[in-house]
Amino acid sequence: MPTAIEIFKLLPKKNCGKCNYPTCLAFAMQIANSKAKLQDCPFLSEEALAVLAASAAPPIRLVKFGSGNKVIEMGDETELYRHEKRFFHPTAYALTVSDALDDSAIAQKVERIANIKFERVGQELRFDAIAVKNDSSDAKRFKEAAEAVAAKTDLPIVLVSRSPESMKAAAGAISIRRPLLFGANATNHVQMAAVAKDLNCPLVVSEGKGLDALANLVQLVKSSGIEDIVLDFEAGSMKQLLERSSIVRKVSVKKTFRGLGYPILVDAGSGEPAILKGLLATMKYGSIVLFDELSEARAHPLFVLRQNIYTDPQVPIQVKPGVYPVNAPNESSAVLFTTNFSLTYFTVLSDIEKSKVPIWLLVVDTEGLSVMTAFSAGKLTPESVNACLEASGVKEKSKSGEIIIPGMVSRMSGKLAEATGLKVIVGPKESSGIPKFLKSR
Amino acid sequence: MVEVPIPKEKWSGKIGEVTLGATAENGGTRTIALRTGSETGMPFLSYEGVMPNRPLIAGEVLDSISELPAPIRSEFGEAVNDPVAWARAWVDKFGADIICIKLVSTSPDEANRSPHEAAETVKRVLEAVKVPIIVYGCGIEERDAKTFELVSNIASKERLLIGHAEDTAYKSIAAATMANHHAIISFSNLDINLAKQINILLTDFGVKKDAIVMDPLMAALGMGLEYSYSVMERIRLAAFMGDGMLQVPLICDTSASWKAKEATEDIPGPDGIAERATWWETTTALAALIAGADILIMRSPRASAIVRRAMEDLTGGD
Repeated sequence: MPTAIEIFKLLPKKNCGKCNYPTCLAFAMQIANSKAKLQDCPFLSEEALAVLAASAAPPIRLVKFGSGNKVIEMGDETELYRHEKRFFHPTAYALTVSDALDDSAIAQKVERIANIKFERVGQELRFDAIAVKNDSSDAKRFKEAAEAVAAKTDLPIVLVSRSPESMKAAAGAISIRRPLLFGANATNHVQMAAVAKDLNCPLVVSEGKGLDALANLVQLVKSSGIEDIVLDFEAGSMKQLLERSSIVRKVSVKKTFRGLGYPILVDAGSGEPAILKGLLATMKYGSIVLFDELSEARAHPLFVLRQNIYTDPQVPIQVKPGVYPVNAPNESSAVLFTTNFSLTYFTVLSDIEKSKVPIWLLVVDTEGLSVMTAFSAGKLTPESVNACLEASGVKEKSKSGEIIIPGMVSRMSGKLAEATGLKVIVGPKESSGIPKFLKSR
Repeated sequence: MVEVPIPKEKWSGKIGEVTLGATAENGGTRTIALRTGSETGMPFLSYEGVMPNRPLIAGEVLDSISELPAPIRSEFGEAVNDPVAWARAWVDKFGADIICIKLVSTSPDEANRSPHEAAETVKRVLEAVKVPIIVYGCGIEERDAKTFELVSNIASKERLLIGHAEDTAYKSIAAATMANHHAIISFSNLDINLAKQINILLTDFGVKKDAIVMDPLMAALGMGLEYSYSVMERIRLAAFMGDGMLQVPLICDTSASWKAKEATEDIPGPDGIAERATWWETTTALAALIAGADILIMRSPRASAIVRRAMEDLTGGD
């Protein structure tokens, strides 16, 4: 986004007030803060509009592929580090299917991919796309394989071929699905760009010789009329992947360089190097990663890492309030409460499990704040604990008549006893003291 | 021709260096002393700064094993019953740079061994392996005070790294550390300001900055990893921008990955558990490295081998 002064220079400087701001400078400042629109100025020249619109474009272009309600959005990121605001579009993961397989084997693999899923804090984690590889080098076979995959899944599709002829056949057959074409390189880019332009599909541009060479190739592809571009560094090592990704992100969002302001694709391959590259790309700026294969034991931590990295740092992950049985509690087991901040919950849960003492764990809604923060903010009160106690139905489950309170907030014991009618037992101040505390009761 | 500008930061600060272990030259019995820290740019970005000391891997050894997961037991076999054999396996078989011995047995909840017995264990490990040693207590202040006093004395010239000091309990451990020129781990709970505060407390108490390694708490994958990741990135950025009290190496303990339920249950067959849990720790460790870790304390040899290969790939040639 240009600064207010840069915008001001292109305005008519009439101070006519038709934009509803008293002066052109005031209007420019509002535009710079995204509070006003350029179109509100009736006197802006076409030329100025074009200049401003181009420089106001996001530093990393938003590129989409897929169709219907299965569209993958890549790019449009604004930060180097997640704590600065957040990362917006989670890295997409694709598994590949070879066109050297016969159609029934393709159908089987597609089904297997669709069935890999993990449930985690209310989200379903699964592969986002399927890549079809033109291993046969045959255009007709590639087209058939693409059609077979498209018939079997509604996931977005990546078509992988260096042959413009193959690409044209396959992408033409499934163009309604708006596949990602992977793609163009130094030798085929003219024809590949023509296919992408003809079918209005996003195009991956590959260049392993470094970022200067890649930027040149991107410029050529762009000049042939392709806007939706995705970068592939053909990185041979994690070092190359990390450094090139970091440079591209930084020059795009922190400097004014626009030549590489596109999402990044990583063709990770197979085995241990593939999962390591996938993990790295998830942390550092990768938009889509292709795996030839990925076992569930490796996919699961990868998906969880993505979920962790892409959470909004300003919104703590919360656990659903309510009652959770730990170590098979029964009617005589006591109730222990904590807050619904996920980190607090996981720590307390693991410490109760460690004690092997059966407990009804009551998770109170504190809007994701930890015990002391929630207490200070008035979100953890005798009333809120009692409300949760009533709503959870734990009083029917535990007849022990006891509730264990975090030691840090022991000062609300008296009022809690009044509010709940239960005997309040003061627990340890730190979660790490829970095993000893419970065992010694 | 388009030329892509290289966005090299001009940082004003750099990370300090801490030496672990002492060789005969300095009166110790280690065959190697290891240096950690000294980075001048964000992790693994060779165009931005240098990383003269590659990150180190410390193999975890417990002196009481009531809770050791089955895949770890099977990787070490009988060795887990004896800290000396365990440490030897880490060094000889799995190439650990450092041994991290956790004296959990001194806790009344465990074997309730005496500080004297614990110090004897450290002595035997020091005799058995010649790499630098990290020593943790059981986390109970009164117990650890006595343990560390004894440990500090029996290894007086060995330049141990002793863990850990926190804002509510640091004086006795800092005193034990300073008495014989050991190094200390300053622990804080996922907060950049607390991380800075404990370093200030320690230096005010007299600990030299080149004897401090900080642990901002590495939460495992799925258990708050993102907090640790961002706190570490913020610590590193602040250090490079010139905050002297944050310019110390970072240590991350990834063994807690094995406590994540998702890593170790609901999978048929022991191989499934081993594979997933190994990658759980590997992922946690890789995130720690990318966020700035200088030393990793790891539980699984398989995970540590993968992480070592990843480090080589992150620092190798172009």
